Amino acid sequence: MMFFWAFLVGGLICMLAQLTLDLFAVTPAHVLVLFVVLGAVFGGVGLYGKLVSFAGAGATVPLPGFGYTMVSGIGEAVKEKGVLGLLTGGLTAAAGGIKAAVLFGLLAALLFKPKA
Amino acid sequence: MANQEASKTARDYQELVKTKRPGKPVLKNLIYAFLVGGAISVVGQGIQCGFMQYGMSAKEATSPTTVVLIGLGALFTGFGWYDQLVTRGGMGGTLPITGFANAMVAPAMEFRSEGLILGVGAKLFTVAGPVLVYGLSAAFVVGLIRFLITGVA
Repeated sequence: MMFFWAFLVGGLICMLAQLTLDLFAVTPAHVLVLFVVLGAVFGGVGLYGKLVSFAGAGATVPLPGFGYTMVSGIGEAVKEKGVLGLLTGGLTAAAGGIKAAVLFGLLAALLFKPKA
Repeated sequence: MANQEASKTARDYQELVKTKRPGKPVLKNLIYAFLVGGAISVVGQGIQCGFMQYGMSAKEATSPTTVVLIGLGALFTGFGWYDQLVTRGGMGGTLPITGFANAMVAPAMEFRSEGLILGVGAKLFTVAGPVLVYGLSAAFVVGLIRFLITGVA
């Protein structure tokens, strides 16, 4: 059942992004930025967390999940360390993804030649 | 007659271009984005369930799942497969975290000829840079507002 919701929610979020891209004169980069910000906002009001709890990867794999991860990381860090958590929580929570993206990205860019 | 033609302004021309341009296949794009984005999410769910077999909670398994997906995205971009997926699936290929990896690797590969520092090093962040800048800033603002309202964030 988890797989069904992951497919449905992940697909719908991507469909919404495609609609944004087709309706407005923007680039995919604009849409990515918009959706990561939306993920942070909906994470902040507690809605995105609900989506994650029933759709799993359907909500965490699309990019809004990245914004949500950073906001919930800030929440946890503030509980532990106080106000400083506002600065450290976001990157701490996203650290694995960012570091992996830089490392694998560098490796792939060095190993492969672009296809014509 | 020639005078009339000459009096056409740039705006008239833009209007003409708009009427002649073929319409975007919006519905088809939406369906493909749904299918591709959904499929990638299901793969992510599968990987996450795999990690949960080893005793991780769903929340703990999210981060390693992201790492694996980013690795796959970078690899598929290297082989030139991911760009084909994006051509068909649009945002269904770009919005998942695998597409984030693609958006880092593709320009870095392409600008390899401009050197390791200003080519690869800089171009890795062509898209990732804006996403991180605005994502981190938005997360900070949202966290701050929540902190000011609730006192705990």
